Amino acid sequence: MSHSTTAAPPTPAAPPPPGGTRKRPRRSLAHLDIKYSPYLYIAPFFLIFGIFGLYPMLRTLWMSLHDWDMIGDRTFIGLDNYTRLLSDDYFWNALVNTFGIFALSTVPQLLLALFLANLLNRTLLRAKTFFRMAIFIPNVVSVAAVAIVFGMLYQREYGLVNWLLGFVGIDQIDWDGQTWSSWTAIASMVNWRWTGYNTLILLAGMQAIPRDLYEAAEIDGAGQWRQFWRITLPLLRPTFIFVVILSTIGGMQLFTEPLLFANGNIIGGTQRDFQTLAMYMYEMGITNLNSAGYGAAVAWALFMIIGLMSLLNFVLVRRAAK
Amino acid sequence: MISASKRLWRTSPLTYLALVLATLLSIYPFYYVVVIGTRTLDSINDVPPPVTPGGAFTDNFGRVLDNDAANFLTGMMNSIIVSSVVTVSVVLTGSLAGFAFAKLRFRGRNVLLLSIIVTMMIPTQLGIIPLWGMMQTLGWYDTLYAVTVPFLVTAFGVFMMRQYASQAVSDELIEAGRVDGASTLRIYWNIVLPALRPAAGVLGLLTFMETWNSFLWPYAVLTPENPTLQVSLSFLSYAYYTDYSQVFAATAVGTLPLVIVFLLFGRQIIGGIMEGAVKS
Repeated sequence: MSHSTTAAPPTPAAPPPPGGTRKRPRRSLAHLDIKYSPYLYIAPFFLIFGIFGLYPMLRTLWMSLHDWDMIGDRTFIGLDNYTRLLSDDYFWNALVNTFGIFALSTVPQLLLALFLANLLNRTLLRAKTFFRMAIFIPNVVSVAAVAIVFGMLYQREYGLVNWLLGFVGIDQIDWDGQTWSSWTAIASMVNWRWTGYNTLILLAGMQAIPRDLYEAAEIDGAGQWRQFWRITLPLLRPTFIFVVILSTIGGMQLFTEPLLFANGNIIGGTQRDFQTLAMYMYEMGITNLNSAGYGAAVAWALFMIIGLMSLLNFVLVRRAAK
Repeated sequence: MISASKRLWRTSPLTYLALVLATLLSIYPFYYVVVIGTRTLDSINDVPPPVTPGGAFTDNFGRVLDNDAANFLTGMMNSIIVSSVVTVSVVLTGSLAGFAFAKLRFRGRNVLLLSIIVTMMIPTQLGIIPLWGMMQTLGWYDTLYAVTVPFLVTAFGVFMMRQYASQAVSDELIEAGRVDGASTLRIYWNIVLPALRPAAGVLGLLTFMETWNSFLWPYAVLTPENPTLQVSLSFLSYAYYTDYSQVFAATAVGTLPLVIVFLLFGRQIIGGIMEGAVKS
């Protein structure tokens, strides 16, 4: 800023004297600058994204059509990897686990976030910033740290959760030993880390709703609950779709929580009780380098599932709101 | 009228009760990390479990530093380097491209911008299998290049900067710069970048946090000899899952930098996230 002000005074006086002779080359340089420099500024994004983002995605598709050994041979086999997926029990198992954990984490989380956002959306609330920060701070912690801490909370003999459950007469639960309990434990990690984030997004959506709508409803005698149901929820629809789709994209790719909960075992518990699709992709494509082609097929299947789920969410939430 | 709207936005003691409860649930795990990280290993296994901090932190963290299965300090340094480089790059490339999309005219602008918005929706994590192979070919496996270079730009950064630039930078200012004979790059540096500072700050904070916390990709291409902090933590927790006080001391130290950043800039971070939500 200071530069442009100090540079400004001389210029108005300078251009007139030289006239046409010195101006020409300058103008054409400026012309080149204006016409082509924008491409230079956007080039870094397209270059790096193209090489390390887009190309690997397309290459994944290409690989999935091969029997591909990362450090050996490759043979084109068409759609064989995909037909193999359909009859692969481990794939279906991972699919069920992913959806199970997704349901256990998304549904309660969004309901809670809706509730908290509604509480925070009161103009007369004191300590607003404090509560917002307190609710959001779990999102700052790395997933790895969250998984380590919750792993200890769910530890069988000394964990806090089993200790607390002991008071209501429930025997020690082997949290990572069965399907339902491991799903619950993993979902609680996701819920702890993301509820606050979603609360803030929903709160932002609520604050964008015009206040006079509520005042009019109040005059008409509508109570708070009715106002929430009739005004807040319908008008929150776009924000809600956004939040649901974001949760879907994240939930379908769940990886770190279950991996660390299994102490690094990529199959997720001895019986694959909580191996997710992202873990199965990793197992097939990177842990076992010789089945990289099959791993790539898992990746594309996951990609298509995410696309379908987002579309479905979009349609369902639209419908429900009508 | 006034009384009606006041009644509408009132708060009851129950509101506060629920919010305080939510706060406790949010904060408790932090406190728990401190409790376990400062306790001796023996006292962790007590029944009832310990609920107050102890005095064994230096001893616990000493074991972390001596532990060559996880190379915690190397991980910490690596995370600082990688997160800083990625943050500076994402902010610079994002603001430069965002400025171009918001304020400059060029052929294909709208199509290219649309393609950036579309790429924001693509879960590029699903490309890791060939990307892993590329790292081998480039000789980047187990080096910091592998966890830095692919993340030097983000579609989100470009988009966020574009949104902000189109309202925060006036066309008159840019025109004035042009009349003064400034090149486009000079206009970016002297006029646009200063005007973008608030949004660039938020983008920087979000990028730093995301890079600091990322796990799957660093885990795929780094080894325990040369990890990032999160990878180091994971190896520590696998190998020493019985030595909770050591693992938790490391977790506490690894989490502290971001907690400090959040306490300092939390207001801006939250503001940025909420604003972004309304716009998209």
